[in-house]
Amino acid sequence: MGGDAGRAGEGELMSGAAVSLRASALNRRWRWVANHMATWLAVGATLLVIAPLVAIFVDLVYKGAVSLNWNFFTKLPVPVGEKGGGMANAIVGSGVLLGLASAMGVPIGIAAGIYLSEYGRGTKLSILVRFTADVLNGVPSIVMGIAVYALIVAPMKGFSAFAGGVALGIMMIPTVARTTEEMLLMVPHSIREAALGLGVPNWRSMLSITLKTALPGVITGCMLAFARVAGETAPLLFTAFGNNFWSTALNQPIEALPLQIYVYALSPYDEWHRLAWAGSLVLIALIVLAVSLVRYVTTRGALKGAR
Amino acid sequence: MNLRIQEPRAPRNTDVALPAGGIVSVAVPAPTSPIRSYLQSRGNSSMADSTFRWLMLLCALSIFAIVALIATELVTHSQITLAKFGWKFFVGSAWDPVNNNFGALPFIYGTIMTSIVALVIAVPLAVGVAVFLTEMCPKALRGGLSFLTELLAAIPSVVYGLWAIFVLVPLLRTYINPFLIDVLGWTGLFVRPDFGIGMFAAGVILAIMILPIISSLTREVMSAVPHTQREAVLALGATRWEMIRMGVLRNARIGIVGSIILGLGRALGETMAVAMVIGSSPTISKSLLAPAATMASVIANEFAEASDDTYRSALIEIGLALFLVTIVVNILARLLVWAVTRGAPARVS
Amino acid sequence: MGVGIEVNGLNAWYGTNHTLLDISLHIPANEATALIGPSGCGKSTFVRCLNRMHETNPIAKVTGQVKVGGLDIYSDTSAVEVRRRIGMVFQRPNPFPTMSIYDNVASGLKLNGYRNRRVLDEVVERSLKHAALWDEVKDELKKKSGASLSGGQQQRLCIARALAVDPEVLLMDEPASALDPVSTAKIEDLIFQLKTQYTIVIVTHNMQQAARVAEKTGFFLNGKLIEFDSTHKIFTNPGDKRTEDYITGRFG
Repeated sequence: MGGDAGRAGEGELMSGAAVSLRASALNRRWRWVANHMATWLAVGATLLVIAPLVAIFVDLVYKGAVSLNWNFFTKLPVPVGEKGGGMANAIVGSGVLLGLASAMGVPIGIAAGIYLSEYGRGTKLSILVRFTADVLNGVPSIVMGIAVYALIVAPMKGFSAFAGGVALGIMMIPTVARTTEEMLLMVPHSIREAALGLGVPNWRSMLSITLKTALPGVITGCMLAFARVAGETAPLLFTAFGNNFWSTALNQPIEALPLQIYVYALSPYDEWHRLAWAGSLVLIALIVLAVSLVRYVTTRGALKGAR
Repeated sequence: MNLRIQEPRAPRNTDVALPAGGIVSVAVPAPTSPIRSYLQSRGNSSMADSTFRWLMLLCALSIFAIVALIATELVTHSQITLAKFGWKFFVGSAWDPVNNNFGALPFIYGTIMTSIVALVIAVPLAVGVAVFLTEMCPKALRGGLSFLTELLAAIPSVVYGLWAIFVLVPLLRTYINPFLIDVLGWTGLFVRPDFGIGMFAAGVILAIMILPIISSLTREVMSAVPHTQREAVLALGATRWEMIRMGVLRNARIGIVGSIILGLGRALGETMAVAMVIGSSPTISKSLLAPAATMASVIANEFAEASDDTYRSALIEIGLALFLVTIVVNILARLLVWAVTRGAPARVS
Repeated sequence: MGVGIEVNGLNAWYGTNHTLLDISLHIPANEATALIGPSGCGKSTFVRCLNRMHETNPIAKVTGQVKVGGLDIYSDTSAVEVRRRIGMVFQRPNPFPTMSIYDNVASGLKLNGYRNRRVLDEVVERSLKHAALWDEVKDELKKKSGASLSGGQQQRLCIARALAVDPEVLLMDEPASALDPVSTAKIEDLIFQLKTQYTIVIVTHNMQQAARVAEKTGFFLNGKLIEFDSTHKIFTNPGDKRTEDYITGRFG
């Protein structure tokens, strides 16, 4: 709480406030005006913040929806000037990359979360791990991309879906670990005691009782991480690299939706710009769905019955 | 007291009289049932338990491993330019891949300028939104509005970039920049030529992107200020704004500074949207309307075409610098926020 | 059939807090033994030492000897194995919220790998009957979740769950303190019936309850066992003045 800092300064705060208020008692009108100005400024700030959001969504729907057709979802990109191209390979590619990333990030992240909550509670190690996870979340994703390039792409002498999956997976781990830990901490101690009291082995109790009780919340945490990496482009620039053809081979470059959007946006062709808008609409729809689901589950109470 | 008390019980054949008096029933081994024998055969699973524990520990340690991995790879693969240029790398302003002459100053400059623009725009707005949502907003609207600001955080960088190229930049070029050139042109910060893209455009889109972080963390620290502080100021006859300023913001200011620094950390590392509107020119210009490049944007734009090892090493060294700077900034920010919210997990990622 | 418990020189700590001082007593088999005393006297800690639940707290420490049916539970066997032989019912009912009634009762067996459907069905029915809950839930065993029952029913569910693993001893830590009088009476009746098959140790705040169900009673105060004798003697003619003060309501 701001309590301690507050309490120490409370004396001087009070006298300072009292003095300034008494002095301004003469300027009652000005204080009234200032109060209303502050309210309007705050409202204005909120509107100014919501405006770009609304604008982006409107533009996405307006410019993107026109290009959403059967071709978009099933066809490969076609040479410039031709019509009827799609982003099918990018959608599939994103699916492959996200599958790889989840296969890596979710188990390791959940396991780390289990450690933080069940074994390491209160220890210095867990404080350090938690802190490092938070800091890792702030590292620019392009740095992750370079590191994976150096680690996988350079020795393999080629870009690959595998490298892209690893880059995204590494990004998922800290987020999943933190949310898993938070959810597990919410499981009441009495449930764990009941399991232990029956002579259930520790590991079995953690998986089948504690984790299972917190599962709805843990899953939404995973979805949050998933939504976040679904939109990442930078780490894929020199790992997955992009591919204009159908490819799902793990050791070959692969296309991804955000990558394709990036390339198309920077291109000089109108047709590609339209596809970029459509692709962005699809991407956003997916992400909004995931975020809304997360909000729904967490505000309704993530733990079914465990109070 | 009228208790219905157990009568002393009848003696049983398992009873044994103790020499010193009294009776004790001898502990007889219990007859086994199929359930009991099954459970006894299960053993104590201590090996499964310790294996499980080690596995979980390993996964928790993987977080350290990831950081270590990134650091080692970055250092190892930037050895060429680290050795060739030393610290002069960061003050040299010539970026000349053709002649293998690399200086990172233009990118440091670009990063700093865009971040400053972003903060100048974002901080007042973010604090304003936070103040509105925590202190002024009617409860019915609060959920919806805070959801909308959260949604801002969920939009991918590349989509921001797309929107910036085709909507924001024309807007700036047509309406805002001419206005700024007229009014603030004398500072030298806003002078022609103006193509729309450049440091200012990048700063504006960055501001929109870091707003949600600063705003939601500010809301968290403001909510952490105890109600007694608010009530005490109100009791002295303060208006609502005075209560907010003296009772809340003042107490939360350390945390708010922390959230601003966190926003800065995010701005430093933002890549895609910036790369799309900054103009990608490794030059240092006074005018914010000139094209430039940031540390993150130059890596994004040039790495794939970096043809030789020295070029790549220079870019990786920039990545290393970015890595270190963002880590330091993040640690500072987290410590500040943690000091105010006392270790409540920061939900922003 | 239950077994007796022999405790010799039991000492327990929470960190540096010495919560149990040199406890020695003998709990008879196939009887109910009540442990009474004011709040914080150590009776709950004592009972948790009997099934090694005390040590689940990282700062907890135990010395001394506890023998259950002749088996030293601290040196001759592991904590997990001990808890399969000594069941526990807690103060607040804690059924597993994600499991049905059936799965709750069977959990002690299923989570230890037991698979035989037919035997599990029998065990679940038998345990629920022993816990006097069968008639109320027999139609909804697999449909209702454990947490959807009333408080008293939940506690009986927890008793059934504990009984399903066929323990030799059943420890009850203030099992009725969170329940209404009707449920409390049902649970006390239960204890009467369970006594014939299991050894029961019940911690209670309620002296009338101790007097009603237990053959032997132990009085704890400040971590020490002040007196341990037949319930009749404790409540009509206590040997120690402190016991008498507690019984007559002078403190606690």
